[in-house]
Amino acid sequence: MGLVRIHLPEQARRGASVEARVLIQHPMETGFRRDAAGARVPRNAIHSFLCRYNGVEVFRATLSTGIAANPLLRFYLRAAESGKVEVWWLDDDDIEGSASAHLVVV
Amino acid sequence: MKVVLLCLGIVLSGVSFAESRSGLEFSTEETRALQANDHENPGMLWADRGAALWAEQCSSCHAAGSMRGVAARYPTVAEGQIVTLEQRILRKRPGLAYESDDLLALTAFVARQSRGLPWQPRIDDRDVERGRKAYLLRRGQMNLACTHCHDSNAGKRLGSETISQGQANGYPAYRLEWGRLGSLQRRLRACLFGVRAELPPFGSRELLELELFLAQRGRGLAMESPAVRR
Repeated sequence: MGLVRIHLPEQARRGASVEARVLIQHPMETGFRRDAAGARVPRNAIHSFLCRYNGVEVFRATLSTGIAANPLLRFYLRAAESGKVEVWWLDDDDIEGSASAHLVVV
Repeated sequence: MKVVLLCLGIVLSGVSFAESRSGLEFSTEETRALQANDHENPGMLWADRGAALWAEQCSSCHAAGSMRGVAARYPTVAEGQIVTLEQRILRKRPGLAYESDDLLALTAFVARQSRGLPWQPRIDDRDVERGRKAYLLRRGQMNLACTHCHDSNAGKRLGSETISQGQANGYPAYRLEWGRLGSLQRRLRACLFGVRAELPPFGSRELLELELFLAQRGRGLAMESPAVRR
């Protein structure tokens, strides 16, 4: 719920490059912060992100604590066939997230 | 002497601008771009969450898009009590805590529907008298009142930052410093922390009075929530 926003163009011409924007709600804790009681807040950052387009991996990123909270990723796909664009990520607590959107190719 | 008196007059009046200007205008180009695009504005994550909560808990009485203009009429005074938009929501959902994701999400969802509308709270100058006094009150170890930065020195630099007029039209807003959405009360507490003053608790009368005054002071500015601030 409210964890991710994926943005793709309404439709794309076959062969065109398409900008994908993925905004993920995540604290990206560095592990260096302390809470009000002085206890260390454990590190928890998204470390792996990947995107599949019609089942084929087209983009992969390695993230770390240098990335701000609620990271925004922007990357490009080559529009081939109409189909599903899926994103997946994994953080230090081994919690996975995923989402998908549909790309219409004309 | 005349000049000194004139300056004093400006400081004491508290509302001294030729023109009210949103915090957006004091932000960097990058921050403005982040706010302008709903697919990049991280505050929209909370507005989305609010939309889902609304569909689940509120939509049997209030249709999804029915709150346009509502946020622009808050805060207000009802039966002697100050009611902010958050408090209006808390009346219906008393279990929610201040600064909880759910309360911020619902507030942002409602506030977003008034984006671009001029802020026209249903209050008058008598209602905000106490808030105005709080705004002009020197406090904390730094012995500063709100007005000393946000009226007398707005537009000047404080370290690497430009001091804004302290307008509240973007709240709840996503602050990059917090890495999350936060309420106006949290922002006010952050300023009070900055001048090393005592922090009134969330929902306290003092913060509510300040909120009410800021609404009157920002009357006419376009609603921006969920805005992005540094």
